[in-house]
Amino acid sequence: MASLNALVAVCLAYVFFLFCVAFAAERAGVRGRARWLLRSPLVYTLSLSIYCTAWTFYGAVGYAARSGLEYVTIYLGPSLVMIGWWWIARRLVRIGRSHKVTSIADLISSRYGKSNGLAIVVTVMAVIGVTPYIALQLQSVTASLSLFAAAEQGSLTDADEARAAGFWIAVGLALFTVLFGTRNLNVNERQHGVVIAVAVEAVVKLIALLAVGVFVVWGIAGGVSETLARIDASDLGTWEMDGSRWAGLTFVSAAAFLCLPRMFQVMVVENDDERHLQIASWAFPLYLMLMSLFVVPIAVIGLDLLPAGSNPDFFVLSLPLSQGREGLATLSFLGGFSSATSMVIVATLALSTMVSNHVVMPVFLYLHQGGATQSGDVRNVVILSRRLSILAIIGFGYIYYRLSGGSGALAAIGLISFAGVAQFLPAMLGGIFWRGATRAGALMGLGVGFSVWVFTMLLPSFGPDAILSAAVFDQGLFGINGLRPQALFGIPGLDPTVHAIFWSLLLNAVSFALVSLLTFPDPLERLQGAQFVNVFDHSGQTRGWQAPVAESEDLMIMAQRILGAEEAQRLFQTEADRQGNGGYLPKPTADFLQRLELELAGSVGGATAHAMISQIVGGTAVSVQDLLAVADESAQMLEYSSQLEAKSRELSQTAAQLRDANAKLMQLSDQKDAFLSQISHELRTPMTSIRAFSEILRDTDGLGPLEKTKYANIIHVEAIRLTRLLDDLLDLSVLENGQVTLNRQSGSLVDLLDHAIATAQASEARPITFKRRRLDETVTLHTDLDRLSQVFINLITNAQKYCLAQDPELRIDVTQSGERVVIDFIDNGWGIPAASRDVMFEKFSRIGAQDGNGAGLGLAICREIMARLGGDVSYLDGTGGTAFRVTLPHSQALAAQ
Amino acid sequence: MGKHVLLVEDELNIIEAIRFLLSREGWQVDTHSDGADATDVIRSSKPDLVVLDVMLPGKSGFDILEELRGDAATADLPVLMLTARGQSRDREMAEKAGVSRFMTKPFSNTEVLTAVRDLLYVHGQRT
Repeated sequence: MASLNALVAVCLAYVFFLFCVAFAAERAGVRGRARWLLRSPLVYTLSLSIYCTAWTFYGAVGYAARSGLEYVTIYLGPSLVMIGWWWIARRLVRIGRSHKVTSIADLISSRYGKSNGLAIVVTVMAVIGVTPYIALQLQSVTASLSLFAAAEQGSLTDADEARAAGFWIAVGLALFTVLFGTRNLNVNERQHGVVIAVAVEAVVKLIALLAVGVFVVWGIAGGVSETLARIDASDLGTWEMDGSRWAGLTFVSAAAFLCLPRMFQVMVVENDDERHLQIASWAFPLYLMLMSLFVVPIAVIGLDLLPAGSNPDFFVLSLPLSQGREGLATLSFLGGFSSATSMVIVATLALSTMVSNHVVMPVFLYLHQGGATQSGDVRNVVILSRRLSILAIIGFGYIYYRLSGGSGALAAIGLISFAGVAQFLPAMLGGIFWRGATRAGALMGLGVGFSVWVFTMLLPSFGPDAILSAAVFDQGLFGINGLRPQALFGIPGLDPTVHAIFWSLLLNAVSFALVSLLTFPDPLERLQGAQFVNVFDHSGQTRGWQAPVAESEDLMIMAQRILGAEEAQRLFQTEADRQGNGGYLPKPTADFLQRLELELAGSVGGATAHAMISQIVGGTAVSVQDLLAVADESAQMLEYSSQLEAKSRELSQTAAQLRDANAKLMQLSDQKDAFLSQISHELRTPMTSIRAFSEILRDTDGLGPLEKTKYANIIHVEAIRLTRLLDDLLDLSVLENGQVTLNRQSGSLVDLLDHAIATAQASEARPITFKRRRLDETVTLHTDLDRLSQVFINLITNAQKYCLAQDPELRIDVTQSGERVVIDFIDNGWGIPAASRDVMFEKFSRIGAQDGNGAGLGLAICREIMARLGGDVSYLDGTGGTAFRVTLPHSQALAAQ
Repeated sequence: MGKHVLLVEDELNIIEAIRFLLSREGWQVDTHSDGADATDVIRSSKPDLVVLDVMLPGKSGFDILEELRGDAATADLPVLMLTARGQSRDREMAEKAGVSRFMTKPFSNTEVLTAVRDLLYVHGQRT
């Protein structure tokens, strides 16, 4: 027993070492030191390795010895999850961080409307599912201890001694967990000590397994090729692969990797940085690969060397022992011990959080109605409940271990546990990917799946006649053939494990989906669902709290009890400063309540935190009516504001239109004024002369006949001018109003021009030379010839009047281009300044200082006439003189031929 | 020696008529037809009275009047303004610009003579 005692001493030393490591890490974490290590992706990856428990450390070899390569599935599932981290793990971590999730029960209950009932169900199921697993660890440690003892004494130690060892191990583990797992109340503050201890243990178990492997391959078999040869020789490689088992086991191990409370703890709750996932996505599969590297060689050599009937689950230990390698065996033992302890510590930590947050605290709060506002530190209650939970859970494990009598292959027990926690999968994945998932659906799925699991897997695991009678196995529950635990619905032939996994998860998922589809989520569920499913769109929190009825003081008292006085005061002070209202107590705004709830959730879980605040705030339940009212209101406001916007847009448009119209009116009014002024001027000016001279003729005595004639002539000319002006004005008015009736006739352009020139020369004395090409003018026109003639006369007269050249001449060019006849009147005068060209077609516009004969209406009339005739008159640039172009559409100009 | 009247007007027949009327009263009548340099011509010829048309080529009668009133030498010069536009706004503008007398075309010969006589008499009294 000296060796056994030495082993115990080594164990104690090892545990002491772990204590020291955890303690140092805890201290460093508190002081913010060594963050590079504590929060490194390496530590994160290693902590994930608590997936590899004593089951995998010892059991994988046993598994390989019994079922060949099938053990790989246990590593395959998690590897796939990590490689596909982007899809699920990242989402879980993001949700966990943004909602301060403390456990998988917290996650599921938060998702489904912070339902504490659901949290309790998940917690109970987790405890039931994980208890065999903890028992498994105890069993493996005690079994390995007794193996040592056997090697020492040549016989197995008696059962009592092993059980005593198991008990003390359980106590030791409980102590360690209590010491390091419940230091911080806020689970969301990372448990650095535990995590580092787990990481160290991960290294120890890897080294131990690798060392045994190396020893087996090179020390016993004599090299890689010899080992391969022996593997080939064994039956191990020839085990037929059962596809359904492979698929089922890979799937269930992947599911368990996500759903196991301890995995959730290290992967989500203890995660410091989402980017760590990215590194773990390849580092963790690599770790698993190393762990599984020597499994087959050890199994094969073990089967070869060790006497038949020795337990293959402990080849890792018994092989070195049989070769007299006590040191290596001790290392191997430490590896197994590490696997077992780390799993038990983290699993109980996770479970105790769930139990205290979701079972103990709600009960405590219920028993102390209104107690949330009592003074006194609830933290003690929380911590105490957590510590008691740890003891209870490890106690359960120990009891299970005692009851099951340490029987059964490790792998089989492990699989039962896996399939149990895998029942969380539909509710969890549905919760984070499907907004339609409801609480009722989740409850139903969990209930159905768990029941099927208990009936088909857990209870049969105790063997026929243990709990279920052999009759039930053969004829089904109550004699119903469809309810045989290993052939549900009368479908036999499936492997029992695959059978249980298949039916439990299928019925679970189907009932979850069906009930979800048939039920409606309540408002809070709906909000949370949106938050979870769209966690990458908005990582905020749902806004559940309404009008702040809560008294800040009550909130403060409650927060102090949960967070501790210092922490709570700091939180409130910060908020008060942020709100800027001076005192110590902030106003209980919805925002602040939200933040406070989140803080509390980190300590006692989402559902409890929600319940505690609602105890103080009162009416927290967000009713559909409230939500609809809010939605309606905001929709109305939106609509109203968009209406307002439209209105204001309309108004400004109208205003702009009005401005335009006003400007136009002003312009018109100005034009009218100017026009009236002009008319007045044009009429009064000749009248002035007429009146003045007629008065002179009347009043002046002794005027000579010459003078009389002269003055009478002036009166005459001015009267004609006046008449012409009136004629022009009337003409223009008629043209502008479109009242003119065109008198269309056919005629030759030559004749028309001849006539116009003759008329112009008759009315205007100033001589001008005409230059024409009569041949070009042989065009027959069909238009109002009189009007066109009027235009020609006007243009010719203008040339006569205003061409100031020495020898004035006017060239008349006629061209036909396609559909138009173009007649240009070009004189050799000075042209018209560019600035005046725009206005000269306007009424009363006169260029320069000319004699008073014209009223400036001629060109305006020309333009109006040409517009009526469907043509145009315009100033022609670049001829050197003054030039006008008259254009007629061809339809009114028929070629002579 | 007869008084000196400067007539600024661009309409030939009206110039003829006014010159005839004023000359018969014994006043010396000079004429000018362009608005652009009218102010300079008035300054240099120093008339006792200016008869000013509104619609002149080059510059409007209102602008010329303003320039005259802005200059100390011609600030008090009697100005009889004639306009063919005859809108009340024109009268206001003329009075604002400091016109001595404002008449609308067509005018009665006697009215013009009376006005010129008045203006010359007042002016004569003052100087």
